[in-house]
Amino acid sequence: MTRVLSRDLADRWAPHLVLPVLAALALPAMAFSSWVTLTLAGLAMGMMLFLMASGLTLIFGLMDVLNFAHAGFVTLGAYLTVSMFGALSGLVAADSLSLNLLALGAALLVAAVVSGAFGFAFEHVIIRRVYGSHLQQILITVGGLIVAEQLIVVVWGAEPLHVAKPEALRGSFIIGGAAIEKYRIAAVALGLLVYLAMHLVLNRTRIGLLVRAGVENREMVEALGFRVRRLFVGVFIAGTALAGIGGVMWAVYQELVTTAIGADMTILMFIVVIIGGLGSVSGCFVGAMLVGLTANYTGFLAPKLALGSSIALMVLILLWRPRGLLPVAK
Amino acid sequence: MPDALLSLHGVHTHIGPYHILHGVDLTVPEGQLTMLLGRNGAGKTTTLRTIMGLWRASSGHIRFAGADITRMATPDIARLGIAYVPEAMAIFTQLTVRENMLLATHTGRFDAARLEHVLALFPVLKQKWHDAAGGLSGGQKQMLAISRAMVEQRRMLVVDEPTKGLAPAVIEHLIAGFRELKATHTTILLVEQNFHMARSLGDGVAVMDDGVVVHAGDMATLAADEALQSRLLGLSLASHQ
Repeated sequence: MTRVLSRDLADRWAPHLVLPVLAALALPAMAFSSWVTLTLAGLAMGMMLFLMASGLTLIFGLMDVLNFAHAGFVTLGAYLTVSMFGALSGLVAADSLSLNLLALGAALLVAAVVSGAFGFAFEHVIIRRVYGSHLQQILITVGGLIVAEQLIVVVWGAEPLHVAKPEALRGSFIIGGAAIEKYRIAAVALGLLVYLAMHLVLNRTRIGLLVRAGVENREMVEALGFRVRRLFVGVFIAGTALAGIGGVMWAVYQELVTTAIGADMTILMFIVVIIGGLGSVSGCFVGAMLVGLTANYTGFLAPKLALGSSIALMVLILLWRPRGLLPVAK
Repeated sequence: MPDALLSLHGVHTHIGPYHILHGVDLTVPEGQLTMLLGRNGAGKTTTLRTIMGLWRASSGHIRFAGADITRMATPDIARLGIAYVPEAMAIFTQLTVRENMLLATHTGRFDAARLEHVLALFPVLKQKWHDAAGGLSGGQKQMLAISRAMVEQRRMLVVDEPTKGLAPAVIEHLIAGFRELKATHTTILLVEQNFHMARSLGDGVAVMDDGVVVHAGDMATLAADEALQSRLLGLSLASHQ
């Protein structure tokens, strides 16, 4: 009985301990100030990855749709940042944190609304026809991504575009020898805010209850009298809006936007979703942080291994827990 | 004879290339508990799923409370007042017992008196109220599935083999629960292989074989006629108590 209980506790808590264990393992391998810098950089990267991948895990978890066009919504968010920052250049260049945040907030809002609107149209015109067939979903959403990228070229041109980082978010704080980029703090704050909002909606509202139930058994939710189809559309819109938000944060972080900005992140987004457990928001959060930290630590300790570190991490996690860290029951 | 609340006329159902129901005719009178019996593969579960719109009838008509529901979507059928308890219980294992029950309310709030009544039938659910439903035993999951169907007033309950795989003591508990429910004159269509339960609860009975209803009538008549039981079911109810 005690053994069963301890195994149950280990099973429940072990996935949450991976993150602190990884950070603790990295500490003896480097100076403390480097460790603080890399850990915060990794968490910030993880937060931006979470923003981009959270929509993907929701869409896959509830709708069983493999949406490779998700990266297109990230790219759309990035290009909308170029336009918004261009239109609000006065606010972006102002030496005032509140005006800078206003510009960033406006870009986030527009990216969420426009990406969500395109997400609605994409679900209506394309995804609706391929529910239930993963092969068709992969083919048509990869095609959708190519079309989206070319449409972006038509609107914004093929040349890479520069995004100016808001004035007050440039530079770093130096605390005890550790450099902490100001923009990364903003990314961590927004990531936490989005995670908390998603957590609250999923766990404290009726819609969240229906989404969680729908992830587990769509048919039974319908048999209880709820139209899961409408729920699907809502989740798809929310997922694509989150991708747009992720695109904004990633574009400002990179300071350079190309049509491949989203597609370049596709592999990492899928790794995060797989590590976390398909459909799990908490798993996606932990997975994104793990990928962010691993990329930063290996980039510092063994740069030649950095490229494959995320894939190696995924392999190790799947060998330990084949369904991911915090899988959702199906 | 009370009026029919649910009726099926010549219902055929295909699942992929397979022709499962071959013209089902079935009547469920209002306020009665109708047992649907038959051997494995006779088409009982398919009949229930076709009623709920989970598998579409390829021809024939299904009427509920005067409305033609043959082509209706599942959520619309449920909202007419039919609660469905599938064979696999379909409990949401990652939700708590409370959340599972809450999903069955259309307002998102419990009617306190009704909830109290339902939990009085299965008190163990009250003890497990905030526990994840995935941790319940098989019998407790079945109690939760049935309680979920009862948490709001429904015109009809459609229940698929609630005793499957359960221990005899748990089955007796479920029988007591259904008996309480019967006393409220709720209309129930119950698929069951446990003949003791069928005989002790059923008002009416329909027997299926090879995708059609081969017998319909009073449970009392079938229970008293061993020759009829042998012919329809291949065994007598008395020998399976």
